[in-house]
Amino acid sequence: MKLKELESCLQQVDAFEEPKILLEQYPTSPHIAACMLYTIHNTFDDIEGKLVADLGCGCGVLSIGSAVLGAGLCVGLDIDRDALDIFRRNAEDFEISNVDLIQCDLCAIETQNYANKFDTVIMNPPFGTKHNQGMDMKFLRAALTMAKTAVYSLHKTSTREHIQKKAHDWGVKMEVLAELRYDLPASYKFHKKKSVDIQVDFLRFSKA
Amino acid sequence: MKLLTHNMLTSHVKGVVKGYPLLIKATEVKMNEVEFNPQFVSRMIPKLEWSALVQAAEELGHREDLPGELMAEYEKDEEFLKKVHRVLLEVEVIEGCLQCPESGREFPITRGIPNMLLNEDEV
Repeated sequence: MKLKELESCLQQVDAFEEPKILLEQYPTSPHIAACMLYTIHNTFDDIEGKLVADLGCGCGVLSIGSAVLGAGLCVGLDIDRDALDIFRRNAEDFEISNVDLIQCDLCAIETQNYANKFDTVIMNPPFGTKHNQGMDMKFLRAALTMAKTAVYSLHKTSTREHIQKKAHDWGVKMEVLAELRYDLPASYKFHKKKSVDIQVDFLRFSKA
Repeated sequence: MKLLTHNMLTSHVKGVVKGYPLLIKATEVKMNEVEFNPQFVSRMIPKLEWSALVQAAEELGHREDLPGELMAEYEKDEEFLKKVHRVLLEVEVIEGCLQCPESGREFPITRGIPNMLLNEDEV
C-alpha cells in the first residue's frame, strides 16, 4: 500500500468526540499515523504477521492502520471507555477483525506479567505535560517491558536528551526516525491560538 | 475479547499472588472471521499458556478436539493450526465477565471490551 493510500484510508477513522484534558487526548492526525506506520512496516517489517500492542490507543487510528497493514492481531489498550467505544465503531466500519481492545490503567497493572508478550508496541503516549508529568516515561517503560522486538513512539523533541539517557540506562537502543511538526488543533478551551505546532520526535527503541 | 488476548490477561487486585488464568463467564459469544495466517499462529503457539487456552475454549463450548497437550511438529499440521486460529482469533466474548481465580473479583466484559480497571482500594 502506498503512503498516500494509507493516509486517505486513515482519514476515515473517527476521533474523540469530547477530548479529556486530564488524559491528554490529542488525536494522532491521519498524516502522522500514516507516516509512522508506513515506516514501521516498510523499513522495519514490524507489523505484518506480528502481535502488536497500541498503548493509549484512544480511538484507534494506529491500531486500525496496523490491522490494515496485516498485523496478526493488534491489541489496543486504553483507560477511557468512551474512546474505546469509538475505536470499536471504527473497527466495525472498517470491517476489521484483527484488532482487540482492553480497558485498563497502564500505571496500575504489573507490566512484568506482560513481559515480551508482544512483538511490537506502537503508541502516541500522553506527552506528560499539564497534570500528567512523567506519564510519557511511564508509558515508555511499560511499552519496553511488553515488547519483544521494538517500540515505536512519539515524544516531544525537547525531551530527547532525557529519553536518550533513560534508554541508555534501560539498555535499549534509541533511534530518531523522523522529526515531525505536530499540529495540535485547539481542542480545548484553554488553547488561545487556533492551533499550535510542537516539535515531536518519532522514535524507535529496539531491544538487543 | 478474543482468547489470544485472554491468554495474556491477569488480575492485578492487591494481595493476589496468582490471578491467572481468569475464568470466563460468558453470556454472549460470537464468531468473527479473521484471515488465516499459519505462520502467525504457529509462532504464537509456543508463547501461549496452552492449558489456559484449552480451558477457556472449553468454558465457551468451542474446544472441539483441541488436545490437552501440544503434540510435536504441530507447525506442519495445517488442520491443527486452523483450529487454533479459530479458537485464538475468531471466537469472541461479547458480554459476560472475567473472574479472578484467587479473589473472585469480577471484571465485566461489555460490547466485547473487558474492563480491567481497579478501584482505589484494590491497587
